[in-house]
Amino acid sequence: MTEEQRAEETKGSILVVGGGISGLTATLEAAEVGYEVFLVEKNPSLGGRVAQLKHYFPKLCPPTCGLEINFRRIKDNPGITFYTMAEVENITGSPGNYDVTIKVTPRYVNEKCTCCDDCAKACITKIPNEFNFDMSTTKGAYLPHEMAFPMRYVISPKIIGTEDANKCVEACKYGAVDLNMQPETITVKVGAIIWATGWKPYDASKIDNLGFEYPNVITNMMMERLAAPNGPTNGRIGRPSDNKDISSIAFVQCAGSRDENHLPYCSYICCMASLKQATYVREQFPDAKIYVFYIDVRAPGQRYEKFYKTIKEDENCFLIKGKVAEVQEDPSTRNITVVAENAVTGEKVQQTVDVAVLATGMVPNTADTKLPGGVKCDPDGFVISDLAAGGIFATGCAAKPLDVTSSNQHATGMALKAIQTLVKS
Amino acid sequence: MEKKIGVYICEGCGIGEAIDKDRVVKNGVPKKIEICRNHPIMCSTEGIELIKKDIADEGVNTVVIAACSQRVLYDVFDFGPVIVKRANLREGVVWSHKPQEDRIGGEEGAPQVDQLIQEMAEDYVRMGIAEAEKMLPPEPYLEETFDKKIVVMGGGVAGLSAALDTAKAGYETLVVEKQAKIGGFATKMRKQTPSSYPYEELQPPVIDQIIKEAEAHPKIEIRTGTEIARIAGSPALFDITFKAAGTKSAWDVMSAEEEAALLEKMAEEGEEAAAKGAEPTPDSPATILVKNPDAERFGAVILATGWKPWEPRKEDEPAPEAEGEEAKEAEAEEEPKEPEPTFEHLGLGTLPDVVTNVAFEEMAANGKILKPSSGKPAASVAFIQCGGQGTDEDFPYASAVTSMVALKQAKYVREDNPDGKAYIFYQHMRTPGQNEYFYKSVQQDDGIFLTKGEVVSVSGNGDGSLVLEAKDTLLGENIKLSADMVVLGTGMVPITRDEPVLNFAYRQGPAFRDLDLFDGYPDSNFICFPYETRRTGIYAAGCARRAMSIQESIEDASGAALKAIQCIESVYRGVAVHPRSGDMTFPDFFFQRCTQCKRCTEECPFGALDDDEKGTPLPNPTRCRRCGTCMGACPERIVGFADYSIDSIGSAVKAIGVPEDDDENLRVLVLACENDAYPAFDMAGLNRLSYSPLVRIIPVRCLGSVNVVWIKDALSKGIDGILTIGCKFGDDYQCHFAKGSELLDVRMDKIGEALKSLALEKERVQQVQVAIDEYEKIPGIIGEFVETIQGVGPNPFKGF
Repeated sequence: MTEEQRAEETKGSILVVGGGISGLTATLEAAEVGYEVFLVEKNPSLGGRVAQLKHYFPKLCPPTCGLEINFRRIKDNPGITFYTMAEVENITGSPGNYDVTIKVTPRYVNEKCTCCDDCAKACITKIPNEFNFDMSTTKGAYLPHEMAFPMRYVISPKIIGTEDANKCVEACKYGAVDLNMQPETITVKVGAIIWATGWKPYDASKIDNLGFEYPNVITNMMMERLAAPNGPTNGRIGRPSDNKDISSIAFVQCAGSRDENHLPYCSYICCMASLKQATYVREQFPDAKIYVFYIDVRAPGQRYEKFYKTIKEDENCFLIKGKVAEVQEDPSTRNITVVAENAVTGEKVQQTVDVAVLATGMVPNTADTKLPGGVKCDPDGFVISDLAAGGIFATGCAAKPLDVTSSNQHATGMALKAIQTLVKS
Repeated sequence: MEKKIGVYICEGCGIGEAIDKDRVVKNGVPKKIEICRNHPIMCSTEGIELIKKDIADEGVNTVVIAACSQRVLYDVFDFGPVIVKRANLREGVVWSHKPQEDRIGGEEGAPQVDQLIQEMAEDYVRMGIAEAEKMLPPEPYLEETFDKKIVVMGGGVAGLSAALDTAKAGYETLVVEKQAKIGGFATKMRKQTPSSYPYEELQPPVIDQIIKEAEAHPKIEIRTGTEIARIAGSPALFDITFKAAGTKSAWDVMSAEEEAALLEKMAEEGEEAAAKGAEPTPDSPATILVKNPDAERFGAVILATGWKPWEPRKEDEPAPEAEGEEAKEAEAEEEPKEPEPTFEHLGLGTLPDVVTNVAFEEMAANGKILKPSSGKPAASVAFIQCGGQGTDEDFPYASAVTSMVALKQAKYVREDNPDGKAYIFYQHMRTPGQNEYFYKSVQQDDGIFLTKGEVVSVSGNGDGSLVLEAKDTLLGENIKLSADMVVLGTGMVPITRDEPVLNFAYRQGPAFRDLDLFDGYPDSNFICFPYETRRTGIYAAGCARRAMSIQESIEDASGAALKAIQCIESVYRGVAVHPRSGDMTFPDFFFQRCTQCKRCTEECPFGALDDDEKGTPLPNPTRCRRCGTCMGACPERIVGFADYSIDSIGSAVKAIGVPEDDDENLRVLVLACENDAYPAFDMAGLNRLSYSPLVRIIPVRCLGSVNVVWIKDALSKGIDGILTIGCKFGDDYQCHFAKGSELLDVRMDKIGEALKSLALEKERVQQVQVAIDEYEKIPGIIGEFVETIQGVGPNPFKGF
C-alpha cells in the first residue's frame, strides 16, 4: 500500500507504553487493524522480560521464535513508530484526545550503526550486564543481546566523558557514534493509551531467610539467563561458586510470593517456570537430583497439567509439599541446605544441594512510581483500567500477574478497547 | 513488467577486506546487468542516494543489495514499490567464515583473498540476481462482494461480550445461539468469583446486564434455537447457512470420507447422481461443491461455543455425536489412546447425592441447596478436586476455574446455613495471581475446612448421608468424614473436542483437524498467538479456547473480537493475516497442467483449498496464510506467488556455481526456514561462529513450501548434498504454519526412494530440526553434514 493510501485509511492513534510481549502484541494487533501506533520502550531494545527467557512453558520453545515474527510484523507495518530508551513523561487531555510527552535518553549511537562491533572492541571499560542480571559484564559500548531489535549498539552513559567514549568514536567507520546526543522530548497526539510496562522480579535480598547472599543461591530469572544459549555461560548451568556440574538442585517455590511479609498474591508463573527449569537441568545433567519445594503446584488447565505430569515421570525429580523455612550455606563446601517441613508427613526436611533456585515472583514496574495522566493502581501496584471511562488501559503484568499466553490474550483485547475509544470519539 | 535490475555491492562491515569485489562483479554479475555499483558503506546516505538515483534516472525497478542480511536495515533498503532482494554477504559470508592461510589466492595485482569465501560471495550475488529476475510485484486480491458483518457462534457470556465488542467498534454482528435462550451457563449461576481488588467477596452475576445490553444494541442481531448447517467460502466471503437447532438440513456437511465416497459414486453414475447432488434434501445433503444461493454472507466468525462439563464416559456409551458406522470407526480409532479414568470409587452416577460442580451450581442458583435424594437441606458438603487413585492430578480439563469454583461453592454452603460445613479436598489449590486473596478469605471462614488429601472412597452411610475416606491429608493421615453431599470438581471440555460445531463446507472436513494433538482446542500456536486457529477467519473466545472464569471470558472475548475485525480489514486491503500479516501475494495456480492429485488440498495446514469433483483445486485466496505449502506439495509445479515461486528459488539454486573437477570443493545447498533457521544462521554470523564455506543457504518461507524439484534441480546440477533446516515438529511443534516442517519431512522420505532409483545415496538429502536460539549448533550441524557428503563423495551427475 502506498503512503497516501495509508494516510487516507489511518483512523486514529494509540500509544502503547512498554515493548515487552504484552506491549508488542497490543501494538501489532491494533496496527494490523489499520491504526497508527506509537510504542515507547524504556530499554534499548524491544522484547522485554520474555527476551531473557530460554524457553516458554509448556512447549519448551524459545521466545525469540515468536519475537522474530513480531519484529517482522513491525518491520512490515508502516503504521508503527517505536521509540527505545524512551519513557512517557506527561499525559494531558481526555479519552480520544491526549497529548503525550515522551522523553528519549541518548543512546549515543545513531542509525548509521551497522553492528560491526568495532566500538565494543575499542572500548576497554566493562560494565555489569543487566540483561544477564549482572552475572557477566559487557563493554561500555555494546549490543544488548544477539536478537536485539532494533539491531543497534548502545554507549553506556557510564563511559560518557571518558577516554573510552572517544575511542568508540574513532573506531566507528560509519560515523554512528555521536557523543553529543542530547535527551530529546517528543510529543505525540493519541486517542487512547495502553499501559504495558510489565514486571520485575521481586528483590530476593529482601527475603532474609532464603540465603540469597550465598553465591549458590540464585533466582529463577537468573536461571533463565544461565540456561540461555546467549547467556553469561553460553547456556551451561554450572554451580555459580565454582562452575562445577550440578548433581543436585532445589527449587524454592513462593520465594516472597503468597507471603504477607513480601508479596501477598501468587505470582502466577513461578510453578510452571520451575517445572520448566527442571527440564533445563535434566537436559544437561541426566542424573542430577531435582527437589521442588512447593505449597501447591499451580499447573492449572489441561495443557499445564499434562506438562506437570511429564515432570512427575522423572524419577529423580522430587516434589515436596512444604514451604521452605530456611536456606543455609556450608562455608567450607559452599553447599546449600534447604530446610522445610513436609506438610503431609510433618517431617522436617533438610536437603543439601549444589544450588538452590528461588522462585521469586513478579512486582509490577508501576508499584513504586507515580504514573502520569492520573493512571491509578491497586494496592499491589497493578494498574487499574477504567473501562467505563475508556481512554487509558492496562494490560499484561502491568494489569495483573499473568503468564505469556494470558498476556497475549489480554493485550489483544485491550487493543480493541483502545480502538473502541477512538471509534467513540 | 520489464525488469530493470540494479546490483549494489557493499564493502563495509568487513566485506571489502575479505573478498575481491571486482571478481565478484566479474563472476557473480551476468553481463546483461547494466547497472552494478559498489560503495564503501551502502547503507550510508550516499549509498542510498546512489540507489535512489538509479531508480529515478535509470528506471531500475528491482535492486539486488549485496550487503547484510535481509533481517537488518530493512527500513533503510526500502524503496517503496521497487523489488528488493538481499544477497547476504555479511552474516552469511564474511562474518561466518574465517579466511584460512592455505586457501588465500588471487590473480597477480588483485587482492589476495580466501578462495572459498570469495566463491561464496560470488555465488550469493549470482543467486540473488537470478532470484530477483523472477520476482514480480505483488497485486492484492480484492473482491467486490466482500462483507464486513461478523457472526458470533454461541450466545453465552463470551459470545455476547464479543458481539458487544465488535458492535461497539462499529461492526454489524449476528449472535447465533443453539439454545432457546441466550446467556449460557452464566445464567445458571448463583454468584461469580471476585474480579477486582480486594478479590474477597463473591459478586452477583453480570450476565443479565450483558444480555440486556446486547439485546438493546442496534448493531447486534440475536438468533436463538439456531445452529450452523454449513460455513462455505472464506474470510469476508463466508457464505453461512443456518438451521433450526437439532434439525437436519439439506445444507448439512458430510464427513470428508462420506463426501469423497459420494463424489466417487457421482463420477461413476454420471448425470443422474450429479443432478441429485444439485438438489439436496435433508436426507441427502449437498456436497461442498454446491452453493446455497440463500446463504448469508459474513466477514469473520467468532467461535464462542463454550464448554461442557467433563464427565466419565459410561462403558456402553458411544463417543458423543457419532452414530452407527461412524461411531464404530471413531471407537476403533480411539482405542490406542489412554482410556480416561471413570472415578467409580467416588460414587458419581451411583449415589444421588454425589454431583458435579456444574450440577451443584445450578442447584445453588435455584435456591437453597437441597440433597437430591431427600430434598432436605444439605448442611455439610464435601468438595473433591482430585480423582485420586494414586495421582495428584485434578479431574480432566480442570483448571484454576475449578479451584475457584470449589471455594465459591463452599461459601454457598455457609450462606445457606450459618452452621453449615464445607470440606474441600484438593491436591493443589490452584488460585493463581490475585485470586490468592479469595483463597485466603475463604480460609478465614471457620466453617470451611480445606485440606490436601486423596479421597479414597465415597459411600452411603445407611442413614441418608455419605461417608468419605481420605488419606494423606493435612489433618492426619487417614480420616473418615460424613457429609450430606459430595461435589466433584470436574473440568470444562471444549465443545470442539467432540462436535464439528462450525460445519465447514471445506474439502478437509467439517471440523478442526488434528484435534488430539490440541486436546480438542481449535488453536494453532497458543502461547504466542492465542487467537489464531487452524482455520483462517475463525477466532475462538472464552472456554472454546481454554477454561475461563466469567471475568476472563469477558476479557478474552475482546481479543477474539479484535482478531475478527482485523481479519476483515486485512482482507479488504487485499493483504494476508497472521503470520505473514500484510503480505499482498497469494498463490496462483496454472490449472492447465493440474493432474488432480489433490496433494495441495490435502496438505494445506489451513484447509484453504477445496477441490471439485474432478479433484482440481479451488483456491480461496482469503483463507490462505501464504506459507506456500501448496507450492511445495505440487508435483506439477503449477503453484506460485508473484515474489516467491518454483522458478524464483529454482533459479537461485541453478545459479550456484559448481566446481566440476574438484573432489574437495563440494557444494551443499541449505534450504532454511526464514523465521527460525535463517535467523539462527545470522546469529552464528554475528557471533563470528565459523561454518563450512561449501554451503549455500537459501531462506524459504516455510519448509512446507520446499518443492522437491529444487532438490532434483540441485542434484542434477551436480550439487553434492542438500540439507533442509526448519522448526521442530511433533507434539510441541514450533512451525508457525503448524505443519510445514513435518510435511517436508514426509516428502523427504519419498525423496529417499527417488534417490535410490537414481543410484544416489540417501545421505545426500537430509532434514534437521533447529530452534532459532540454537545458533551455537550451526557450525556442528553444517560440519557434520559436509563431512557426510565428503564421505559419500562427489555427486556423479556433476558435469552432465
